Amino acid sequence: MSSQDIPEENLPAEHGAGHDEHGAVTVADEKNPFADPGLPPHEHRVQDIDERAARRSERVVAMLFTVSMLATVGFIASYVAIPHDKAIYVFPIGHINALNFALGLTLGLALFAIGAGAVHWARTLMSDVEIADERHPVEASPEVKAKVMDDFRQGAKESALGRRKLIRNTMFGAMALFPLSGVMLLRDLGPLPGTKLRHTLWSKGKLLVNMNTNEPLRASDVSVGSLTFAKPEGLEEKDEDFQTQIAKSALMIVRLQPDNIKDKRELEWSHEGIVAFSKICTHVGCPISLYEQQTHHVLCPCHQSTFDLSDGARVIFGPAGHALPQLRIGVNDEGYLEALGDFEEPVGPAFWERG
Amino acid sequence: MSTNDTTATRRGKAPAGERVADWADGRLGIYSLAKTNMRKIFPDHWSFMLGEVCLYSFIIIILTGVYLTLFFHPSMNEVEYHGSYIPLQGQMMSEAFNSTMHISFDVRGGLLIRQIHHWAALIFLAGMFVHMMRVFFTGAFRKPREVNWLFGFLLLVLGMFTGFTGYSLPDDLLSGTGVRFMEGAILSVPIVGTYLSMFLFGGEFPGGDFVARFYSIHILLLPGIMLGLLVGHLILVFYHKHTQFAGPGRTNNNVVGMPLLPVYMAKAGGFFFLVFGVIAAIAAIASINPIWTMGPYRPDMVSTGAQPDWYMGFSEGLIRVMPGWEINLWGHTLVLGVFIPLVIFPLVLVAIAVYPFVEAWVTGDRREHHILDRPRNAPTRTAFGAAWVSWYFVLMIGGGNDLWATHFHLSINSITWFVRVGFFVVPVLVFLATKRMCLGLQRRDRDKVLHGRESGIIKRLPHGEFIEVHEPLSQDALHTLTAHEQYKPLEIGPTTDDNGVERKLKGSQKLRAKLSEAYFGDESQISKPTVEEYKEITSGHGHH
Repeated sequence: MSSQDIPEENLPAEHGAGHDEHGAVTVADEKNPFADPGLPPHEHRVQDIDERAARRSERVVAMLFTVSMLATVGFIASYVAIPHDKAIYVFPIGHINALNFALGLTLGLALFAIGAGAVHWARTLMSDVEIADERHPVEASPEVKAKVMDDFRQGAKESALGRRKLIRNTMFGAMALFPLSGVMLLRDLGPLPGTKLRHTLWSKGKLLVNMNTNEPLRASDVSVGSLTFAKPEGLEEKDEDFQTQIAKSALMIVRLQPDNIKDKRELEWSHEGIVAFSKICTHVGCPISLYEQQTHHVLCPCHQSTFDLSDGARVIFGPAGHALPQLRIGVNDEGYLEALGDFEEPVGPAFWERG
Repeated sequence: MSTNDTTATRRGKAPAGERVADWADGRLGIYSLAKTNMRKIFPDHWSFMLGEVCLYSFIIIILTGVYLTLFFHPSMNEVEYHGSYIPLQGQMMSEAFNSTMHISFDVRGGLLIRQIHHWAALIFLAGMFVHMMRVFFTGAFRKPREVNWLFGFLLLVLGMFTGFTGYSLPDDLLSGTGVRFMEGAILSVPIVGTYLSMFLFGGEFPGGDFVARFYSIHILLLPGIMLGLLVGHLILVFYHKHTQFAGPGRTNNNVVGMPLLPVYMAKAGGFFFLVFGVIAAIAAIASINPIWTMGPYRPDMVSTGAQPDWYMGFSEGLIRVMPGWEINLWGHTLVLGVFIPLVIFPLVLVAIAVYPFVEAWVTGDRREHHILDRPRNAPTRTAFGAAWVSWYFVLMIGGGNDLWATHFHLSINSITWFVRVGFFVVPVLVFLATKRMCLGLQRRDRDKVLHGRESGIIKRLPHGEFIEVHEPLSQDALHTLTAHEQYKPLEIGPTTDDNGVERKLKGSQKLRAKLSEAYFGDESQISKPTVEEYKEITSGHGHH
C-alpha cells in the first residue's frame, strides 16, 4: 500500500515554490496575479505612535492587576467572615451557599483580571510586528539516514543476535513468558462467577418485608393499584452485604384484578391478584420504579424499557431483552405474604451463562 | 565600552538572574534550549486557542484534584451520616459519599473546588472535542502530524474514562446507576463477561471494592498516562512548529506570527488565568453534581432523568435505541441488545481516528503540509467530518430521549425510532448536503477571484440597464483565495493492456482509484481559477 505508485503529476505543485524571501514585499507580478505578494507592511497601532494612548493602556493593565489584588483580599475576607452554612438569595439563581458564591466570584475575578491584564498588555504594548521563522523538513537527509543505518548494522552485528540463534530464541521466550506472572497476579481481583448470579436471598417461607416500614407485608396491606417495594426478611440496612444482596433481591409488588392477568403462569404464581416481580431491569440492571396503574405497565427510568405486569412482565418497549423474573408467592398461616422459593431464573441483566 | 570593561562587569557583578541562569546552563544546557525556543514564532488565529483551553483545564483539574484527595476517603464502608446537611442525617452511606458530603458542606471552599474540578472536566472534554474538530476540518492532521493526531485522540478517549471513573467516586445515587449500567454492559460480553465483572467489582455488584479501584484508576493510572501523552503532544507541537492558514507571506516553508517571548507568553499565560477565572466564576454560580439532592447509592433505587456526563451521552444513546435482541442457544445467551452497542461505542470513535490514514492513502501524498485547508477546499473531508459529527449528535439525542420527550412534549417511542433510522440516514444526508455547500462556496470564491467583489454600487448604463459594479480584489486576497492545492484523481488506466489482455489490478488499487475519483473528480471540486482565465476576463474591460 505504498504511495510510490501514484504518479508525481497527480500531486499539486509545491506551495510557495520560488518564494524564498519570506517577508519581503514584492511588487505585483505582471505575469502571475495570484503570486504571493509577501508579508504586508506592518500597520502601527495607536499605542505605537501616540505615547498618551500607550500610557492609557498601561493604566488599564495596572488597574486590572490591582483589581486582581483586591479580589484576592476579598477571597480571604470572605473565607474568614462568611459562615459556611449561610444561604443567600441571588437572582435569578435562587438560594445558594453564600460562601461558595463569594469565594468563587472573588477567585474568578482575581484570576480573570490577571489574564485580562496580561492579554491587554500583549495586544496593545508589546510589539505586534509579525516575524517569519523557517521550517525545516522533519525527514533526515539521506546522509544522516545512511549513517544511522550503518551504525545500526554495526551494532546488530556486534551483538551477534542474528548469528547466535539460541540466544535470540531463548530471549524471546523469556520475554514472552514473564508478563504471565503479572496476569496471574490479577486472578485474585475477584472470585469466579460460579452460580452466584443465579441465586438471591429468597427461599421458601421467607416473608416479604415492606421496604419503607420494615414490617412484614400482609396480603390485605396491598391494595389494587398500589406499588410496594419489598425485601426478604432478615436483610437489614446495617448488614455488611446489604447493597450486594438488595441489588438482586429487590421486589416490586402490585395487586391486579385476577381477571386482568393474561399470563397463566403469572396467575398461578400470584396470590389473589398480588404479583411479585424482580425490581431489577433485565436490560442493564437499573431498578424499575415507574408504575402506570391503569395500564399495569412499569417503566425503567434509565433506558425506558417498558414491561407489562399483567402479561408476565414481558417487554413491550425499549432495549430490554426478556421479561422480568417473577417470584412465586403465597400466604402463611398468619396471613403474611411469603416466598414459595427463589426466582427460577437469574434476575437482572442477561449474561453468557444465563441460557 | 571596551572589551576589558565588559569582561570585568561580567566577572564582578553580573545580575543575580544571569548568575542563576549561568549556573543552570552549566548543568542543564538551558542556553542552547532557549536559543531556538525563546523567540519561537507562534501564528495567531482564534481557533488555535482551543487546544490551550484543553491544556489549561487539564492543569486546573490536576490542581483541584490534588486538593480533593486531601479530604476524600475512597472507601465503601457503610457509615451513618452526622454532618451538617440536615436532610441526610442518620442515613447509611458509604464513606466515599460521606467524605464528599464533608467536602461540600464542612470544608470551607471545598464545594467550590469540587465544582471547579467537575466543571473543568466537562470543559476539558468539550475543549478536546472542538479542538479535534478544528484539526480535522482544517487538515492539520496531515503529515507530519499524524502521530500527534493519535496522541490527541488517545487523550480524548482516556479523558472520557477518567471522567467516568471520577464522577463515579462519590458513590451517589446517580453515579452508582451509571456504574450499574457499566456492569450490565460488561456482563453482556460473550464467554468472559461474568468473569470480567467479578474481577472488576471483586465479586458481585456493587461489592465493597469498586470505589477504591476506580480511585486509583482515576487519580493515578489514567492521569499518569494522560500526562505522558500531553507532554508528548506539546513536544511535537513545538517540534513540528504550528500550522498556519494561507495568506500573503505565509508559505509551507515558514511560520509567521509573534515570538514566544514576550507576546505569546503573555497571551498564552494570560489565557490560563482567563480560563481558570471563568471556570471559578461558573463554579460560583452554577451548581454541578449536587450529590446531596441525589443521596447515597442504593442498587434498588433510582431517580428519573438519569443522565451521564455529556461526553458519555452518545454511548447512552447507543444502548437506549438498540432493540433488545437476545439469542438463547445451547444453554448460552448472546445479549446482542447490549453487546452490539458496546462494540459500536469504540467504533464510533475509531471512525474519526483512522480518517487521516485513509485520506493519506487515497491522495498518496507524502509531502509535509503546514498550510491549513479551508474546510470548503476539501469537500469530501469536510463532508465526512460533518457526517461524523451529525452521527455523534444523533446518538446524543438518543441518550437523552427521556429529556427530549419531557421538555418538548414528544413521544419517547417516536424519538427512539427517529434515532434508530437517523443513525443510518442522517450522516448520509449531512454528507451530501455538506459537500454541496462546500462546492457552492468554492464556486463563490472562484467568482470572486475572476469577477471581483460586489461593491454594492448600482450603476445605470446609458441605455438604461442597471449593473452592480464589481471591484477587483487586492493581490493579497487573490493569492489567499487561490493558494490551496487541488489534486487530480488517480487514474489506473484501461483495464486491458495494448494487446487486449486484461491487466492484473489489485482490488485495493481499484478501490483507491474509485475513492480518488470521489475525492477529486469533477463533481467533488471546482477547479480554481487559472492565471489565463483571470487575464482573459480582466483584459476584456467593460464586462462584469
